[in-house]
Amino acid sequence: MEALDLARWQFGITTVYHYFFVPITIGLSLIVAIMQTAWLRTRNPEWLRITKFFGKLFTINFVLGLATGIVQEFQFGMNWSDYSRFVGDIFGAPLAIEALLAFFLESTFLGLWLFGWGRVPEKLHLSAIWLVHIGTLLSSYFILTANSFMQNPVGYVNNPETGRAELTDFVAVLTNKVQLVTFPHVIAAAWMSGGAFVLGIALWHVWRTATPAADKGMYRNAARLGALFVLLGGLATTITGDIQGKIMTEVQPMKMAAAEALYETSPEGEGAPFSIVTIGTPDGQQEQWAVRVPDLLSFLATGTLDGEVKGINDLEQEYQLAYSDDALTVADSYKPVIPVTYWTFRWMIGTGMAAAGLAALALWLLRGDRELRHRMWPWVSLAVILLPVAANSFGWMFTEMGRQPWLVFGVFTTASGVSPGTTVWEVGLSLATFTLLYGVLAVIEVKLTLRYARAGAEPAPDHSLDPSDRSDDEPFVFSY
Amino acid sequence: MELTTIWFILIAVLWTGYFVLEGFDFGVGMLFPILGRGEDGETRRRVMLSTIGPVWDGNEVWLLTAGGATFAAFPEWYATLFSGFYLPLLLILVALIVRALAFDYRGKVDDPVWRSRWDMAIMFGSYLPAVLWGVAFTNIVRGVPIDADQEYTGSLFTLLNPAALLGGLATASLFLAYGAMFVALKTDGPIRHEARRLSVRIGVVAAVLVAGWLVVVQTGAGSGASWVLTGVAALLLLAGLAMSHRGSEGWGFSLTFAAIGIAVISLFVALFPDVMPSSTDPAFSLTTTNASSTDYTLKIMTWIAVIVTPVVLLYQSWTYWIFRKRVSGHHIPTEVALAARQPVSARRADSDD
Repeated sequence: MEALDLARWQFGITTVYHYFFVPITIGLSLIVAIMQTAWLRTRNPEWLRITKFFGKLFTINFVLGLATGIVQEFQFGMNWSDYSRFVGDIFGAPLAIEALLAFFLESTFLGLWLFGWGRVPEKLHLSAIWLVHIGTLLSSYFILTANSFMQNPVGYVNNPETGRAELTDFVAVLTNKVQLVTFPHVIAAAWMSGGAFVLGIALWHVWRTATPAADKGMYRNAARLGALFVLLGGLATTITGDIQGKIMTEVQPMKMAAAEALYETSPEGEGAPFSIVTIGTPDGQQEQWAVRVPDLLSFLATGTLDGEVKGINDLEQEYQLAYSDDALTVADSYKPVIPVTYWTFRWMIGTGMAAAGLAALALWLLRGDRELRHRMWPWVSLAVILLPVAANSFGWMFTEMGRQPWLVFGVFTTASGVSPGTTVWEVGLSLATFTLLYGVLAVIEVKLTLRYARAGAEPAPDHSLDPSDRSDDEPFVFSY
Repeated sequence: MELTTIWFILIAVLWTGYFVLEGFDFGVGMLFPILGRGEDGETRRRVMLSTIGPVWDGNEVWLLTAGGATFAAFPEWYATLFSGFYLPLLLILVALIVRALAFDYRGKVDDPVWRSRWDMAIMFGSYLPAVLWGVAFTNIVRGVPIDADQEYTGSLFTLLNPAALLGGLATASLFLAYGAMFVALKTDGPIRHEARRLSVRIGVVAAVLVAGWLVVVQTGAGSGASWVLTGVAALLLLAGLAMSHRGSEGWGFSLTFAAIGIAVISLFVALFPDVMPSSTDPAFSLTTTNASSTDYTLKIMTWIAVIVTPVVLLYQSWTYWIFRKRVSGHHIPTEVALAARQPVSARRADSDD
């Protein structure tokens, strides 16, 4: 093991973990904002109860996403200092803007929302949760800008004098074509996650006998709202994912080929097949056996049945010729780990589709006043929550592992980016610390989430939440 | 003015904002075992938490913005500092993570063991960064071994030198006194007066440590201007303590706020035009010019900072205004966590599940 391997594991583990919570909070902040808006519009106390119920679950998740997010901003410098030096002129700006524009907004207004119940005017209080949601969207936009630059570097020059990449066109970086399709893809996937979280928990309450019969209608509506978000998000991820595939074929053809384990370019005039199952040799170098749909890959990647999709082996040759004479771009192999890209790509699509399928089923079975009786429902509820979380993780594993061996595609390899002065034991200690800490925190978080999900919505408060009806000496509606 | 100088000033402002704000919420956490004990300890701790509850997270964003701005404006500084100060930063990260979770999670389960564990997390999560930031800034200003490639060549123990340890004690004691002043300013009842008296007692110790620390740091690195600022900071701190002693919590807090701000600025003035001086060879030092981004990047960032920062300052101070009222024990809701709120029937049904 070298520091490089450990640093990569740490980045992978901390980022995937951080991202368990992020899409849920992006989606859930929107749904909670909608619920609270519905309460102020209709004054139906059920909307208030469900707002507070999912609001609590939202904060339990949000705070873990927030806390683990700090690590993300520090570890570029800690473990990837040569990368930070090389690309800081471009990459630092979106990170700084994210903090200034998004983090302040999220944290300040989350504080106002949490502690503002009964202490600030109702409309102002409602606007706080909407601002939190806007903060999550801004945050996504800028961090994805940084990531899209790594997938498809634009708006920069390589300055041989300073030995680094330098920004020449900030607008080009912000409107990178990879970014313009990745942002909606990620937000749609967050809708699926947030929607599925609401759907799963509400569905369980609809099914459960211990939940008061009078509350079933409230959970039924929440489940429908959640299912709607899963389905809309599912549709939008499919459309944006399709466009992403075509852009990826153009800017990162190796990733597309690796997603499909397409080793050989199809002969001219013939379309590339879409692989249902491909088994390669254990080292991932050659294909052994495969089941395919003819021409489908060409269609997905290029929009025509006989469009050329380059194979891994041809691309490898091309890249060896193009990149092996520069220290920052030389690599033993320009292939990602094919089994990882191939399977994460399929699992992303599979788990996402399964979530949408379950949401459609639930929506259908919840029509009218139908009751849910089958003892499978708790498992369906759990699955529906976990499937989009898995889909999001697989998607990121695919796109980041598919970028390898590059940090910035075609410009800078991962191996060139690691901190030269940091020792194996330092990175090892840090990796072990975060893995252990995150593991413990995951157990606590899941327990708390289950506890609060199980407790159900509190009864409607017997007092007004309008501060003009309250005296300064009354106990707070919410306090730590 | 050079863009690199403007960005050096902006980063100094961000760190200053971070310490004047998070300084007191660290202090509140550190005071948990002191001000939060006794028979009504639980209520006291919840009162203390309520003073920082709505704002601590916004305070912490000043750190994230300082980090992000350093990355954007001075990538070499960001790279050398974060990879060089690896283990202290790891500890700070762990502390900030458990502290953030503790604030939100401690009240979520009605169980004294659960709460006391999170109380420990709040206390250690506040002490550790309060000490380590002092250690880190002493080393940044006084210089650390950095080679010609701008790489840090020391170890953890290089950072734990006597001057830096003095710095750690100074910042920790200062934040402790500052936190007590904040509690005195934001609460009512017995805890308010206890906190005020405590702030003066700790403040006297802190003033000695801080004065000693700043003199040590300025002796190596200071300029005329930074010495003057150090003097001003010391006077403000003494004035703040005097006002606290006389019972004026508002002035006591405000003057200490100013003292901390000016002390941080004096460190940055002493640092300029270096951003990370090298103790190996001054020629290897990172400066505002050799560590900076291109003018194009700095220009864009300047526009964004100039437009957005005032808005942020406005809404953040506005939330302080919203939550300006003092908190007392009677504001703390008596029911806790879930158990009390849940109808008995539902609880019984749950145990059958």
